[in-house]
This record gives sequence, C-alpha cells and structure tokens, in this order.
Amino acid sequence: MTDLWDGISRAIWMVLSLDANLLEITLRSLQVTLTALVVASAIALPLAAFLSVRRFRLRRSVIALLNALMGLPPVVVGLVVYILLSRSGPLGVLGLLFTPTAMVIAQVIIIVPLIASIAHQSLRDLWAEYHDLLISMNVSQWQKITTLLWDARRALLTAALAGFGRAIGEVGAIMIVGGNIDNATRVLTTAIALETGKGDFALALGLGFVLIALAVLVNLAIHWLGRTEREGRW
Amino acid sequence: MSDMFPLTVTGAETRRRGKILVGPVDLTLAGQGSCVVIGPNGAGKTSLLRLLHGAARLSTGEITWACDVEQAHHDQSFVFQRPVMLRRSVEDNLMYPLRIRKVPKAEARDLAHHWAEKVGLRDMLKRHAPVLSGGEQQKLALARALITQPKLVFLDEPCAALDGRATREIEEILNAVRATGTRLIMTTHNMGQARRLADEVVFMRQGRVHEHASAETFFDAPASEQAQAFLNGDIVE
Repeated sequence: MTDLWDGISRAIWMVLSLDANLLEITLRSLQVTLTALVVASAIALPLAAFLSVRRFRLRRSVIALLNALMGLPPVVVGLVVYILLSRSGPLGVLGLLFTPTAMVIAQVIIIVPLIASIAHQSLRDLWAEYHDLLISMNVSQWQKITTLLWDARRALLTAALAGFGRAIGEVGAIMIVGGNIDNATRVLTTAIALETGKGDFALALGLGFVLIALAVLVNLAIHWLGRTEREGRW
Repeated sequence: MSDMFPLTVTGAETRRRGKILVGPVDLTLAGQGSCVVIGPNGAGKTSLLRLLHGAARLSTGEITWACDVEQAHHDQSFVFQRPVMLRRSVEDNLMYPLRIRKVPKAEARDLAHHWAEKVGLRDMLKRHAPVLSGGEQQKLALARALITQPKLVFLDEPCAALDGRATREIEEILNAVRATGTRLIMTTHNMGQARRLADEVVFMRQGRVHEHASAETFFDAPASEQAQAFLNGDIVE
C-alpha cells in the first residue's frame, strides 16, 4: 500500500514537473495517433458518404463488413501488419517494421472501420433528410458527398474523436509492429505495460494519468460538440 | 419565355412494389400561368408532381419537353410540402443552388441577399436555417427554389402547415413570380388558394387526371359529377 501511495505521489510530481521522459513518450503517442487519425479519416469519411448516397449490389454487405470489422482484435491486426512488413514479407523491402510508420498503419487499420461505421450512421440519416432536395437540384454524386460531409461535420468530428480514443489507448498491435523501442517507438500504452512489468509504478502511473487525461479531454470534446450541434453554432 | 413547353405526358405511370402510385396519365401543359393540381387525399397529386419533375421513376409511358430533357431539369425547381433545410445558415442555404452551378461566391452572396430581402428574411441571413419557424422555412425554401431563376417551379402544398398571414405572404411571392412569366405547377388542399392562384386546374382522382380545364371553366362549370362534389366539399373517393 505504501508503495502504491509513493508511486502515485511520484507520478503526480512527474506530471506537474513535465518530466522529460514522460513528455517525450506523450508527444510520440500524440504524433502517431493524430497521424493515424488524419489518414483514417481521409479514408473512412468519404467511404461512409459514398455508402450513404450510392446504391450498388454489395452495399449492404460492405456496411455489414465494416460493422463487423469494428470488433477486429488489435493483436491480430498487429500480427498481419508484422507479417506484411517483416523482412520476408511482401512489403519488407520498405523497411518499415519497428518504426512509428508501422504503428500508424496498424492504428489506421483498426480505426477506419470504427470511424466509417459511426460516420455512416450519421450520414445515412442526413441523406434521408436531404435526398429529395438534392435530387431535385440535379446535384452530382461528388457534390452530394461533399454536401453531406460538410453539413454533418460536427457528427463526423465526433466519429473521428471516437477513433482517436480507440487509437490512443491501443496497445496490442503497436507493441507488435513498433517493438516498444526506447526513444523510437515507445508510446504511452506500451510504456505503461513495460514499466508495470519492471515494477516502476511511478512512471507507469504518471503515464496512466496522462492517458486518462487525454481520454477525458476527448470525451469532453465530444460532449461539447454535441451541444454545438444542437445549437448550430458552427 | 418558356421554351421548355409544351410538356406532353403520354400514358405515364409510376409504380412502387407493383402498386400504381399514379397513372396512366395523359396531359399536355402549355407554358403560361399557374396550374393547380387538386383532388382528394391519395389521388396522386404529389406523385404526379414528382413524376413530372423527374424525382419519381417513370414505369411506363413518356414525358416529353419542348427542349432537351437535361435542359428542362436544369430550368426547374421543386418546393416540398415540408421544407428541407440544409444544416447551414439562411445565407448559405440561399447560396447553395448557385454554388453547385459554379456561380462565383460574391455574385451568389449578392443574389442571396437580394432574395432574402424579397421574402422578408434579410435580418435572418446569419441564423441557422433549421431553427427558423415553419413559415420562415417555407419562405426560405421558396426563395432557394427561385434564386436560380427557373422557368418552371413545382410546389407541393407550399402553405399546408402555415397560418393565414404566412399563406398570404407566400401567395404574394408566387403572384410576383408568376407575373415574371415563370410557370407554376402546384398542389393544394385549400380551395380558396386554388381559386386565387390558378389559371388552369388539374383535378385528380384515383391516380388519374380526371379533369383538366381553365380555372374559370373548372370552378364555374366542372365537367364531372365528382369534380362538382369535390368543389361542394363532399367526400370524393
């Protein structure tokens, strides 16, 4: 019990004094996750809009697949990306294994279905509302997609933030493809796993506090966006 | 003005899941004034408008315009019974049809301000459109439909949920638009409104055009018993 309190007090001090090690790991986490978020959003949001406005034979199957992929086990994603990027794999020549880029790839694969599914639900409802109007205006397919993406921007940001929440807390896949290398691929979650294993509860807890703070911030942002959505402030 | 007319409808039918929504319809509309489509609930008034506008699929028959069909669709707009508001400001709603037609932003904004003034929404340009009242939303929908200067405007019961004052304001706008030569084809349940606005009347019953005549002829001496009964306020199936 004494160890625990000691660990917590040291952790608080590390956070308050902006410990260099803690700061570096936090910044790398944000860098990897935000990059993954931008790439995943660029794929998932237009895909969700396309699935909302376009009717084609396998549409329902694609939507069902996206929903199913939301539950994709991250460890399996990590394993597949590892195999693809390993020296003997088809993409081994790129030399990306154990780099932040590999971690970004794994996170993108994990959060694209999540963002696309949540975004699709919002865009589908908006499309039902707009359908007759946009058809009557002879709006092109591309204009339909851009109109939906712009008018549903608050809901889409909420979808993106949900993706951010999933990615920042992810550990299995990025541990496998990143390797948890100090000063290179160590991020908040992998560092917590390592420090806990080593028995350094202070650093592990400090990292945990930062992770929780980020998760809380994301949830507050979602809550605030929901309010501005109802008030139509932006 | 209306080089897209006459509009000729021959044996047109639209079905959904095997059920005939409207048709077969044979109708010829010339290019002047306002045509009011009336009839009991379920007669197919809205379906007819959607069919003519191209928003409903033609199952059989033919609809021909005096001009190319693409051009005809380009030159018309539709106002829905329940106005659809884009989740944007009033100004952006007005600019939308212009922007998708690649009208420069400054020009689109000037036109938006002009039309907002015309329909009495000048002070609401920056307001979020979905929070406007029903009457304001319908005026905005009307201005948005007219801002591209269409030659033909379809209106599906544009005053259905509005009070007397808002109805009068909408009718004043419609009369002004009609005076500029724009063709109006609208549905209504309000016989007073039909008498005030109609130059010609299409009376529909059971998915078909039962009677088509000038407003004067129709209201003074309808050709069929059912039309007379409808005008008398009797229940017509």
